[in-house]
Amino acid sequence: MKISGADIVVQTLLEQGCDVVFGYPGGQVINLYDSLYKYQDSIRHVLTAHEQGAAHAADGYARASGRPGVVIATSGPGATNLVTGIATAYLDSVPLIAITGNVMGSQIGTDSFQEIDITGITLPITKHNYFVGRVEELADTLREAFRLAISGRPGPVLVDIPKDVQIAKTDYQPKPAVQPDEPFAAKEIRITEAAATINAARRPFVYFGGGVITAGAAEELLALAEKIDAPIGCSMMGLSAIPSDHPRFLGMQGMHGHYACSTAMHHADCIIALGVRFNDRVTGDRTKFARHAKIVHIDIDGAELDKTVHPTHGLRGDVGCTLRRLLPLLTAAPHPEWQQQVAAFRKEEAAQQTDRPGLTPQKALKMLDAHLTPNTPVATDVGQHQMWAAQTLHFQKSRRFISSGGLGTMGFGLGAAIGAAFATGERAVLVTGDGSFGMNCNELATAVSCKVPLVILLLNNGVLGMVRQWQTLFFDRHYSNTVLNRQTDYVALAAAFGAQGSVAQTPEQLEAALAAAFAADGPYVIDCRIDKDEFVLPMLPPGGSMDDIITKVGD
Amino acid sequence: MERFTVAVLVKNQFGVLNRVTSMFRRRQFNIVCLTVSETESAEFSRITVQFDGQNDSAKQQLYNQLYKLPDVCSIKELQPQDSVSRELMLIKMENDPETRAAIRDAAAAFNAKTVDYTRDSIVMQLTADSRRIDDFVNLMRDFTILEICRTGIVSLERGNATIRKVNYL
Repeated sequence: MKISGADIVVQTLLEQGCDVVFGYPGGQVINLYDSLYKYQDSIRHVLTAHEQGAAHAADGYARASGRPGVVIATSGPGATNLVTGIATAYLDSVPLIAITGNVMGSQIGTDSFQEIDITGITLPITKHNYFVGRVEELADTLREAFRLAISGRPGPVLVDIPKDVQIAKTDYQPKPAVQPDEPFAAKEIRITEAAATINAARRPFVYFGGGVITAGAAEELLALAEKIDAPIGCSMMGLSAIPSDHPRFLGMQGMHGHYACSTAMHHADCIIALGVRFNDRVTGDRTKFARHAKIVHIDIDGAELDKTVHPTHGLRGDVGCTLRRLLPLLTAAPHPEWQQQVAAFRKEEAAQQTDRPGLTPQKALKMLDAHLTPNTPVATDVGQHQMWAAQTLHFQKSRRFISSGGLGTMGFGLGAAIGAAFATGERAVLVTGDGSFGMNCNELATAVSCKVPLVILLLNNGVLGMVRQWQTLFFDRHYSNTVLNRQTDYVALAAAFGAQGSVAQTPEQLEAALAAAFAADGPYVIDCRIDKDEFVLPMLPPGGSMDDIITKVGD
Repeated sequence: MERFTVAVLVKNQFGVLNRVTSMFRRRQFNIVCLTVSETESAEFSRITVQFDGQNDSAKQQLYNQLYKLPDVCSIKELQPQDSVSRELMLIKMENDPETRAAIRDAAAAFNAKTVDYTRDSIVMQLTADSRRIDDFVNLMRDFTILEICRTGIVSLERGNATIRKVNYL
């Protein structure tokens, strides 16, 4: 039977196991939306306030579930509004399918109303993209988009479908959902060589990133650390892959990483890096980074090996498959001296903690932490609050920390939290700041209309705190355009959107607010007031090394 | 700065040249010349790129990134000693009675063929490797060059080796 291109899109989404999409209608996807109307009992469409919010929601859905997120937008501004969302997903290797409408094929290239070259625009921020010229290619193109998005190192794929292709009819045969390309282990010889290096190590360190979450290789990672008696650290993208309270886990490494973790990594003689890409926020000055260590780098993406840091052994392969081959080649070896050293780093870190009276961001986050269940997805925006959340919160289950790492997209969190709530069916949490929240707070409307249970902890300091911190430390306190001086009443704002909210200025008020928020039916905004001069510490200055670490800022 | 030549076998689809060249731009490699055409199979196109690069690791990174493009089937760096490279140039000279003989002598020495001849102009065709073409152009600079058009190089490996999907990591 012949069906329309628009129906084929929905049918193909259903055949790929997609039952919720995020998006915003418009002139060039009106046919597609007509099909969504027809199939509304099988596929849910979540209407957002802005296409960017829809893209972040689809992204958050994918991060929380591990399944590809789908976002739909119309041509022109609808498509360009997706760009930040697509780039966010690209930098964090999130499987995202972006479907855009475009003008009639006959009008392409004539600058017609709301026509934009979205495949051209998204070329450098997608794994791949497609312009579908004929309805006969549509179903297979979408299937290929799904396969690419979930295979190897995942990433966003955009499919641009002109209106005439949505209208045209052709035969459609359902096919089973595509499977990701078979994961493969690194070459045997590389594994053997790496094993010899690891076996010779006296101060091994296991370092992992988001690739371990994607590969589902937490078990293998823990077995590795156990066998070679190594402490474990991660990049921000790795958070939640293993339980935060695991005795070997030192936390996050990097510019604002945990002191013990960064220090241990600095002193290690062998770093086994798994599904992580040694971003500049992690290494600081690359010439001084982990100078004493041999690096065994395992990643599914060969282009990450030797990109920023020169590994002793670069192993291209799936982290899980490769570790399963590597483990039997390793000799179990205790390193009591190294463990003592690591314990000393932990003590130093503990001594740096200060507990001041009043509502500090750390205290606020610890109070929030007490309310989290192992299933609660926590999204963040970008800035100081993100780093505090990454440093402070505890996670039990994989995919429960959702944060824009690579692109650092302020305004990511609210959409992502909504997507994560849909993916998990759980009450979601958003930790945000007043700067980030101001960027896309329109999605409160979405959370209200979809009755999304959502706790929004807004750490409100009235400034763009992260930039202010740099201005304090490196720009002679020239607070250029970082003092917001806004008069936003966030409780009234929440009410205006149909949400609830309250102000918390003391720990007692915050406790009451959290109790109310975690009992609320829909979104609840906690306007949590913190001081504008709180610092994120420790801090490795940009381009600096462990020798330059700042653990304390003078009073 | 070193000069490299790489052949990229790609799926014959629109936009593919854009995807490949965009990667050079993103990695800030300057393309010296580029040719693209269909191959023995209608399914594939072959892009030959000559570019200047700072160092080997940046170049390797470029290849790694290119290799990740779904439309890229194979990449092969062509070493001068192991490959045959040719370029075709058309050069239009002013036809001046005083210089005509000198131009003709040089052309004969380089085996350049005259393909158009008018009272005021001479168009010559030269197929050679790039170095030889450069030498010829330098000679012609003594006279009045009206216009030059070069194809950029095409290159094949010597022997029976062919470009094919290679897992080089």
